Amino acid sequence: MTAIALRDVRLTLGGRVILDTITLDIAAGEFVGVLGPNGAGKTTLMRALLGLVSADRGAIQILGRPATRGNPAIGYLPQIHAPSMAARLSGWDFIASVVNGHHLGLPLTGRAGRHEIERALDRVGARALARRPLVELSGGERQRLLLAQALLGNPQLLLLDEPLISLDPRHQAEVIGLVKSLQRELRITVLFSAHELNPLLGAIDRVLYLGSGQAALGTVDEVITGPVLSRLYGSEIEVVRIKGRIFVMSGGHELEGDDHRHDAHAPHAHRHHHPHSGHA
Amino acid sequence: MRTGTITRIPAMLEYDFMRNAFAAATIVAVVAGAVGYFLVLRSQTFAGHALAHVGFTGATGAVLIGVSPLWGLVLVTLAAGLGMGFMGEKLAQRDVAIGLVLALALGLGLLFLHFFTAYASQAAALLFGNVLAVDAQTVWTLLALGAISIVLLAIISRPLLFASLQPELAEAKGVSLRLYSVLFLAIVALTTAECAQIVGVLLVFALMVGPAAAAMRMTHAVTTGVLLSIVLATAEAWLGLTLAFYTDWPTSFWITALSVAIYLLANLRRPAAVRA
Repeated sequence: MTAIALRDVRLTLGGRVILDTITLDIAAGEFVGVLGPNGAGKTTLMRALLGLVSADRGAIQILGRPATRGNPAIGYLPQIHAPSMAARLSGWDFIASVVNGHHLGLPLTGRAGRHEIERALDRVGARALARRPLVELSGGERQRLLLAQALLGNPQLLLLDEPLISLDPRHQAEVIGLVKSLQRELRITVLFSAHELNPLLGAIDRVLYLGSGQAALGTVDEVITGPVLSRLYGSEIEVVRIKGRIFVMSGGHELEGDDHRHDAHAPHAHRHHHPHSGHA
Repeated sequence: MRTGTITRIPAMLEYDFMRNAFAAATIVAVVAGAVGYFLVLRSQTFAGHALAHVGFTGATGAVLIGVSPLWGLVLVTLAAGLGMGFMGEKLAQRDVAIGLVLALALGLGLLFLHFFTAYASQAAALLFGNVLAVDAQTVWTLLALGAISIVLLAIISRPLLFASLQPELAEAKGVSLRLYSVLFLAIVALTTAECAQIVGVLLVFALMVGPAAAAMRMTHAVTTGVLLSIVLATAEAWLGLTLAFYTDWPTSFWITALSVAIYLLANLRRPAAVRA
């Protein structure tokens, strides 16, 4: 069974081509890491899978059906926002808003909804966290809670947009381990976008690398190579492996780690179309 | 004197104008408390303020052409609310433009008053409210408008909450952010017009923002928060009217003072959070 199928897809934002002639298949149950420089189209691709951005050309199929807005088979974890008044609410109230959130009426959860929330919270071990207000949670705790939310409605596909942003290495590993166990236990497909490949190395089945409007999908050994990345970055790239870690270098300068710190250094820093505060 | 306080409380309600004032203040406080909670949650409190300023032009314009200022307020705030909703986030970032439009709105309102000097005394009432002058007919109008606002809010509250808390996710689940933004600002516009009857256009913050912000400091749950916001707004309105009756100071002063005092008290109290 194919979870995601793209055929000759072109995605544009404000007249700018973000991804072009993309054809790929992701099998059900796969854990795919989505990488690439800022503006390469990681978020845009996810929004296209969600039906929020429509393809100018080509076809996008999710679990055998064309991508549409409000697809209940997809669980989505958007990028973190800046704290707001909403962060004063308890984790429970925050994530409960998704239950039947698109139906009119009073925001009462009901018994079935409460059970579903409890199940999802238990799955990620966030039951106790959910009683606290969001502002008091650490980044890792917040991501755990939002993962529970993404599981509501029993999705078959999880789209996780940069869930590691602003987490320290220990919490990064924790989030990845949690997602990995969810993917195994629930047999769901996971698309996990990130700035750095190394934390994901043990967890992902394949990597989807975006750059210069193109995409390369394959195992780490197939994709993270000088020739493939040189094509995606549009410049000479060298891949260096040290003690099981992989470094993507351009002219003796490491690329991935720097991307989110210095946007201007990213070779193809297209402007992002929607506000997000995750990147410094 | 000793028995005075006890016997004078029913005495206060023996006056028609006080009964009207209490009825009007209660209706408006309930609506303002509920709508205000979402306004604060969405960080759109400035919109309430802006709508009130624009409403002043509507009210004075209505007076100029011989229509009740309440209807001028309602129509103009509603139009402005819908306009702001359709313009969406683009507008929210243009604080200079908004500030200038607001200044112009108040200026125009002043000009209208200038042309119709017979009603110049209404300026103070419009700006700062005069709840003691509310008549029975206005109470009924407020009740109708309030019912519309609160019923509309109840109908859209679930998707509105979802869209307010997690816009990206709500959008992905098929909730139209634009639709709920427009509907909500229309409700805010109606509520602003109602609040202006009690505390005037300059002080709508007292009823719409103060109780809601205090409630949000006191509880982390949405339902409790909305109810608490309504209770606080109503308590502030009642206490404000009572204090005004006995001190002869303006009601709007008392309501704003109570609103600020309760907000400060709510901030002093550390939220009951259990650190694991």
